[in-house]
Amino acid sequence: MSTFAVEVTGVSRVFQGKKSTVTALDGIDLTIEAGEFVSLIGPSGCGKSTLLRLIADLDQPTAGDIQVFGTPAAKARAAQKYGIAFQQAGLLPWRTVAGNIALPLELHGVDKTARRARVAELIDLVGLGDFATSYPDQLSGGMQQRVAIARSLAEKPELLLMDEPFGALDEMTRERMQAELLRIAAESGAAVVFVTHSIPEAVFLSDRVVVMSPRPGRITGIVPVKLARDLTSDADALREDTAFFAAVTAVREELHGVPTVERARGVDLR
Amino acid sequence: MRAVMSTTLHRVLPPVALLVALLAIWQIATEVGQIPAFLLPSPFAIVDELVTFLPAISSATLVTGGNALVGLIAGAILGILVALIAAFVRLIDSLLAPLVAAIAVVPIVALAPILYSMFGANSELSRQIIAAIAVFVPVFTNTLRGLGQVLPVQRDLMRAYAASPFQIARTVTIPAALPFVFTGLRIASSLAVISALIAEYFGGPRTGIGSFITTAASGSNYSRAWAYVVGAIALGLLFYGITLALETFASRHRRR
Repeated sequence: MSTFAVEVTGVSRVFQGKKSTVTALDGIDLTIEAGEFVSLIGPSGCGKSTLLRLIADLDQPTAGDIQVFGTPAAKARAAQKYGIAFQQAGLLPWRTVAGNIALPLELHGVDKTARRARVAELIDLVGLGDFATSYPDQLSGGMQQRVAIARSLAEKPELLLMDEPFGALDEMTRERMQAELLRIAAESGAAVVFVTHSIPEAVFLSDRVVVMSPRPGRITGIVPVKLARDLTSDADALREDTAFFAAVTAVREELHGVPTVERARGVDLR
Repeated sequence: MRAVMSTTLHRVLPPVALLVALLAIWQIATEVGQIPAFLLPSPFAIVDELVTFLPAISSATLVTGGNALVGLIAGAILGILVALIAAFVRLIDSLLAPLVAAIAVVPIVALAPILYSMFGANSELSRQIIAAIAVFVPVFTNTLRGLGQVLPVQRDLMRAYAASPFQIARTVTIPAALPFVFTGLRIASSLAVISALIAEYFGGPRTGIGSFITTAASGSNYSRAWAYVVGAIALGLLFYGITLALETFASRHRRR
């Protein structure tokens, strides 16, 4: 009986093209505990999105095994064990904010009263109280992404899969959304797998940062992040903390492979 | 409110002014230039005929409009149904594509004389069939294109939700296609009127605008022929206006 949210064992994914084969992932082992926030970071083509898609069973591994809460990924998807959000909000333009958030509940036969109550709850959670009856084209990019996040939380999943959900947002909106996501994740107690390009974003959000390298996609290192994080702490203060900078440096060095001399006089991380 | 009204005025006024100016030039040219009526009757003469024959013109317009409407509805239903089948059954799509391309190239009204002999010279059915065939092509091609509009992210999402094919069609594929269906209808509406009217030139019962245009012209009643043409223009604009309004309504909330 496994207590892990996600357990990836010896996974590889090879894309067979007409002229060439691309090894997107090779020999990936990764376990994510329940309630843990893990970021996948690396340059383009390192397979971080592919890994997320494999966990979501939107794609199948060429070799290896993926378990989500102790069941195979395909079963976990069928049983709706996870919520998912992508870089594009992917809202249905002909549905209102409330209608978009209700979509997964509707598809899975949740009755109308329960649906309405849950949607109202979620709209409040992401701070879109005044926009329940607005259509996506009336919202800013950040607001659309909040709708997508509310939608991913609709069925109270214990696992959230997020593929660069803030990638298209401006820096200010992005930082605010990160703080909100941390609060939401802490409140719901869900494990989060978060794909990102941004080192500060990964460090700010995560308990562990998984650093990946391309061609073939591999995990080169895992940086644990210990920030003095609690629900009352000020997000801006956290971003200016020395522990934050230390972790950013550690991830950067892991990404770029910094000479050992520099590493020797690096900061104490714990 | 006043700003809205003044912008509407700014948009509507110039074309109306141009139209009035053109009509005035036309009137003056026919009077000063002594242009014979068989070449070009004056606007006043046309309006005169229009008023005198208003009951006849409007009943003829109703007949042609009725044929066009029946053709539009029948052709649209057929086009949408076949597009749905083609979208969900790949094989049907590849079987149909060349056939539809062939229909699109055929001048449909050329079938009129044949259909008149098939269904009898007193039946409006031939005209309705011609309009329906003309309508089928744009509705089919636009609907089929619309059914292919689902974004990859939406497809991933529906897969993540383990949605059934029926649920995917109902919640994503068909709603995404709707604006395209209405674009097809808007294009088809003009074709329906044109085909139903032109089909009357080739025979059949003498009931619609097309028949009366040919009668008036061959009887040297040139102003009256033009008055019927005005009825045809009004009919075409009506069909276009209504389908354009439907299209605009169906496309609201779509990303620009």
